[in-house]
Amino acid sequence: MNAGIDVPTIQRFGALYIASARLKTMSKWRTIIAAVDIGNPLFYLIAVGIGIGVLVEQGSGTSGTNGIKYIAFIAPALLANTAITGIMDETVFPTIEGFKWRKLFFAQNSTPITGRQIAIGVYLAALCRALFAVIAYYILLLAFDVVNFGISILLVPIAVLGGGAFGALMLFAAAKIEKEDQFFNILGRLVIMPMFLFSGTFFPLTSMPVYLQPIGWISPLWHATELGRESAFDYGISTTMVVVHLVFLVTLLVIGLGLATRQFERRLSK
Amino acid sequence: MSNPLISARGLTKKFGDFTAVDGVDFDVAKGESFGLLGPNGAGKSTIMRVLAATSQRTSGTVEILGKDPELFGPLIRAHLGVVPQQDNLDGELTVSENLYIYGRYFGLSKKFIKNKIEELLEFAQLEEKRDVKVEALSGGMKRRLTIARGLVSEPDILLLDEPTTGLDPQARHILWDRLFRLKEQGVTLVLTTHFMDEAEQLCDRLVVLDKGSIMAEGSPAALIKQYSSKEVLEVRFGSDRNKEVAPQLATMCERMETLPDRILMYTEDGEKLLEEITHAGMHATTSLVRRSSLEDVFLRLTGRTLIE
Repeated sequence: MNAGIDVPTIQRFGALYIASARLKTMSKWRTIIAAVDIGNPLFYLIAVGIGIGVLVEQGSGTSGTNGIKYIAFIAPALLANTAITGIMDETVFPTIEGFKWRKLFFAQNSTPITGRQIAIGVYLAALCRALFAVIAYYILLLAFDVVNFGISILLVPIAVLGGGAFGALMLFAAAKIEKEDQFFNILGRLVIMPMFLFSGTFFPLTSMPVYLQPIGWISPLWHATELGRESAFDYGISTTMVVVHLVFLVTLLVIGLGLATRQFERRLSK
Repeated sequence: MSNPLISARGLTKKFGDFTAVDGVDFDVAKGESFGLLGPNGAGKSTIMRVLAATSQRTSGTVEILGKDPELFGPLIRAHLGVVPQQDNLDGELTVSENLYIYGRYFGLSKKFIKNKIEELLEFAQLEEKRDVKVEALSGGMKRRLTIARGLVSEPDILLLDEPTTGLDPQARHILWDRLFRLKEQGVTLVLTTHFMDEAEQLCDRLVVLDKGSIMAEGSPAALIKQYSSKEVLEVRFGSDRNKEVAPQLATMCERMETLPDRILMYTEDGEKLLEEITHAGMHATTSLVRRSSLEDVFLRLTGRTLIE
């Protein structure tokens, strides 16, 4: 071999090579990404903070939200949701593109890089995007005086963990599907939308009829939101529940990534 | 063959009930230019994906550089350059970014890749396109870039799946020239094609594939010698009359193939045969004498033409 290729090094760092290539592609979209990741929270903060929030507090004060200002109550949910949509953009599209549209994964897999490393690389880059979006949102929350700088910084890793749990599953789903058009319809309308509405985002999960509450229990958004509220505002959740939320999210993440890496390997070796 | 770089025995690949590759045996020697010739669906690309140490075989043994690709995929792929049938470049990145990123996948140093990019841009005649997004390139340029990308790691073996399919004649000739240079540098080439002229130009040795099986093996010249005559006389009598005159023509040559639009007559002397036909009172609308090609070999072996 002339070029001096060191396979053990690639086996250690291959996922990072993929992640850095993904970030390079993402950087080509930086203006759009920045506009989305800053514009979206701005719209929410204005609409909810100035509009709906005032209405809610005129109606029932803060009695329904454990004494927390309405905009602050939904802030952890908005943060987690931002992580979820950000990570979804950067797992679903690149994965379908990689397997089907441009077949980039097959090019990557023609090198010493393995399917597993490709999956992890795409995932890591998606986490970076989620982190960027959540930090941007968090800064806006500070600017709008929704949260005070301090312990509330925990909202950032919690939101990214929530996004990461959901993103790992999306990575697997996108690698699994063959026909993507229906996938997008179902994902957008029957997964993302109900999850956003029924995960205790705008009102405590317990104020919903009990038969609707399971949507929240299985939703990474709800778990991340509850954790976020507890860490930032002392929301009054038991330590047991904090552990439950954490374990749920970490378990989802580990299972999702396990399934995804296996599916990447499988589909590339067909 | 002593110490072949690639060796396949009973290589079989099934997709569900469909057998894409059915027990093929072949070896490729170092420095050789080896071709898989066959029509679409013959199993060429499937074999290439197995040789690229990515696709899992169903049965049989394969050794590439003395190792089983299913056990040592990354290790083997470190020595391969792969040019797939469909260009899978990153269209959102520029020409040089594509080369750079691919080089990084081999863990190559930035300095090494930077130098290599200059060399490859020149090789692919893309110096002026270095900062152009890949999406904006022509088909021929994309193809050359894909080949250049496959060379970034200085591979021992270059696998090319249908390297010139979809290119115009000029672009094909540029590519052939580039591949010839690689061959001269001692790079082992394995390529698939359904173009007989490409196989004759580039391959030292080839196997003729049909429906997942090897029909014949040898150098282009040896295959032509073994399976065809020296010359071929192509005659047309008009689509209705071709069938009418066929029985009489059949008695006049060694072998004959009646295609929908023309009749191919295999002979040692085409001109002489044409005279005899005219003499016998049959007047062909058009006629052409040419030397035998791999197309004739394929027709002989399978009863079908390569491009249908």
